[in-house]
Amino acid sequence: MKEEKKNPRREFIDKGLKIGLLGAVASGALKAFNSCGRPETAGEENIDLLATDGTMIQVPLSEVEEEVSLKGEDYNVREGYSDRKFVMVVDLARCKNARKCMSACNKSHFITGDNAWLKVYKMQDSQDSAPYWQPTLCMHCDKPPCVKVCPVDATFKRRDGIVLIDNERCIGCRFCMAACPYSTRVFNWEEPAQGETTEINLHLEHLEYSPDYTGLPSLKGTVDKCDFCPHMIDRKELPHCVTACPNGVFFFGDAYEDSVTNGDETFRLSTLLEEKAGYRMMEDLGTEPSVYYLPPSNRLVDFEEGLENYDEFKSVHKAEE
Amino acid sequence: METDIQIVKDLTPRRFGRYGKAWVVFLSVIILASLLAYIQQLNKGLVVTEMRDYALWGVYISNFVFFVAISLVGSLITAILRLSGASWSTPLTRISEIIAVAAIFIAGLTIIIDMGRPERLWYLFIYGRLQSPIIWDVIVISTYLVISLLLLYFPLLPDFAILKMKYGKNSKQGVWYRRFSLNWKGTPKQKELYTRSIKILSVLIIPVAFGIHTVTAWLFATTYRPGWDSTNFGPYFIAGAFVAGAGAVVTIMFILRKVYHLEAYISDMHFDKMGKLLVLLCLLYLYFNINEYLVPAYKNTIGEAVHLEELFTGEYASLFWLVILGGLIVPIFVLLFPQGRKPVPVFLMGILVVVGAWWKRYLIVTPTLLHPFVPIQGVPESWHHYYPSGLEWTITFGTLAMALLIITLLVRYLPVIPIQETLEEKRVSETINQELK
Repeated sequence: MKEEKKNPRREFIDKGLKIGLLGAVASGALKAFNSCGRPETAGEENIDLLATDGTMIQVPLSEVEEEVSLKGEDYNVREGYSDRKFVMVVDLARCKNARKCMSACNKSHFITGDNAWLKVYKMQDSQDSAPYWQPTLCMHCDKPPCVKVCPVDATFKRRDGIVLIDNERCIGCRFCMAACPYSTRVFNWEEPAQGETTEINLHLEHLEYSPDYTGLPSLKGTVDKCDFCPHMIDRKELPHCVTACPNGVFFFGDAYEDSVTNGDETFRLSTLLEEKAGYRMMEDLGTEPSVYYLPPSNRLVDFEEGLENYDEFKSVHKAEE
Repeated sequence: METDIQIVKDLTPRRFGRYGKAWVVFLSVIILASLLAYIQQLNKGLVVTEMRDYALWGVYISNFVFFVAISLVGSLITAILRLSGASWSTPLTRISEIIAVAAIFIAGLTIIIDMGRPERLWYLFIYGRLQSPIIWDVIVISTYLVISLLLLYFPLLPDFAILKMKYGKNSKQGVWYRRFSLNWKGTPKQKELYTRSIKILSVLIIPVAFGIHTVTAWLFATTYRPGWDSTNFGPYFIAGAFVAGAGAVVTIMFILRKVYHLEAYISDMHFDKMGKLLVLLCLLYLYFNINEYLVPAYKNTIGEAVHLEELFTGEYASLFWLVILGGLIVPIFVLLFPQGRKPVPVFLMGILVVVGAWWKRYLIVTPTLLHPFVPIQGVPESWHHYYPSGLEWTITFGTLAMALLIITLLVRYLPVIPIQETLEEKRVSETINQELK
């Protein structure tokens, strides 16, 4: 970001999107923009921003304040970010099972078990229909069956749509795992071997356990799952799987802003879902997932290409191996 | 009056003989082994079991459901039969209430064994949320335990008073029986309170008993999984529980009759009646089984088809058919005939039914979990299957041994046949006989 004028598009993505997507700019920057009353200032560097109505506007860079953290004073881990509704769109037409999402997720959440939280499934709906690759993670349902059955309020739904687990509350009954129709929850059957990772120790030195950074650390006898990376959102960055994907499969965003991005491209959520016939998994169950899929039609790559990365019995590559 | 003395003598709890002591030692050894196994599980985590992210519940949960099922018999014999005026069941009330108390206590213990974080058990009480079926289970099971204990204890009051007299107030046993008899003297006021409170408890326990097993069924039925997602589950579990409980009662009453020579009190008539009751319950359970399997099999939606195929012809087929045939069909055929309702065949059918009931719960819990909606991928091959580890078996046998030890110890110190009620019934029949003369 320090490099001057490397690529205007890139610049937009780096600053504008990160901020724009997460809304701070849409409101914060526009306020600045309105108050000074000058759309453009000569000689000053401008930045393109996406306004809430979908139009592009230019704002002087100096008027844009970059907030350090999204968390306000009143941030409560069980309530989440106010006025947000995080969503994800997974474009199945682009996925070729590169599995970079999985390794990035495993690494960033210090996953040491045998079952990853994000897995790319080899799917085929019926014998004659085409096979496809389907990245599957926690659906962050709006009507989460896991939250409904939790006896101690350990797993909870936040206002911003994220479903999290308080590992210091979880009693390990695994009812949430039985209730989840998407099989995305993972149990720590033994003491997680995270201690060997030096990175987690660095993190743990200055961070206390908080449900919004799952895996830091994982606790024996409790349930883990994809947390939609609130710790990245807080830094106005995209979840690890989104940025790691070389094919731009994952789009992350805010439904209230009606925009999603994979870091390179930004779409209006409603348009994208309408044009590409987006759908959600097992809609008939009424769980109302926050993760949408775009059907694997007009695929960019052959399904077979993904087969070389496919390992039916492995989703986590351990450090010592 | 001599026969009264004889009755008291017959029904007074007896010290363990050589076999009794060996039995207690045997059970204690199993319990000790299971404790050691559990300590290992606490240290290493549930990784010592064969459960994993797909087979996320296993033998602990099916064992829990089994114990909850067995405990229902307390309400069946003491409450339902008592209220319906089936006085033949009087000698069986104590036995069934002892079984109920032991089973529901161990059920509570078993569920703790399955927890990943047992030291957080108290969170259920400080953070409990009413919308979770687990909290419903906690509420009804603890209520049932309390009512069952009272229903065991109240009818014991006159018996304790009799035993206090027999041993003498100041003897070692007499002191304890005196304390527990709560100064029972058999005054009209005491008798009235006694009769009324037992009646209230008998009525109260029926909905709570239905509650414990319906809620236990709902732990499964409130999920989406094929094989569990069934509105039939509540009554299906209740019917199965009565079968299991009645099976446990005939098994244990046969053993007690043999060991304590109680032929005069538990007669062939009791086996005949219990045999009839058991066959009725088996037929009812068979009916619910047909509903449970036939309707989804007819529709054959993909999820159900995969599940049922696994049961009917797949990996679990031999176990499934053994349970259906051995645990249900064979007992029905044997018990339908009068010769089949003699003590020995009833005892054998009781064992079949109880063993079948245990494996039936295993078949309800495990296969469903191995057919999730999203295919099992990206996990070690062994995660596609489940069979309990040696350690899980040790702990499970430990819970069975604990239940049997509780029953054994209660039988050691409590009269297994209600003394007072037996005396009263004898007096009633004597007066009737005199009047007839």
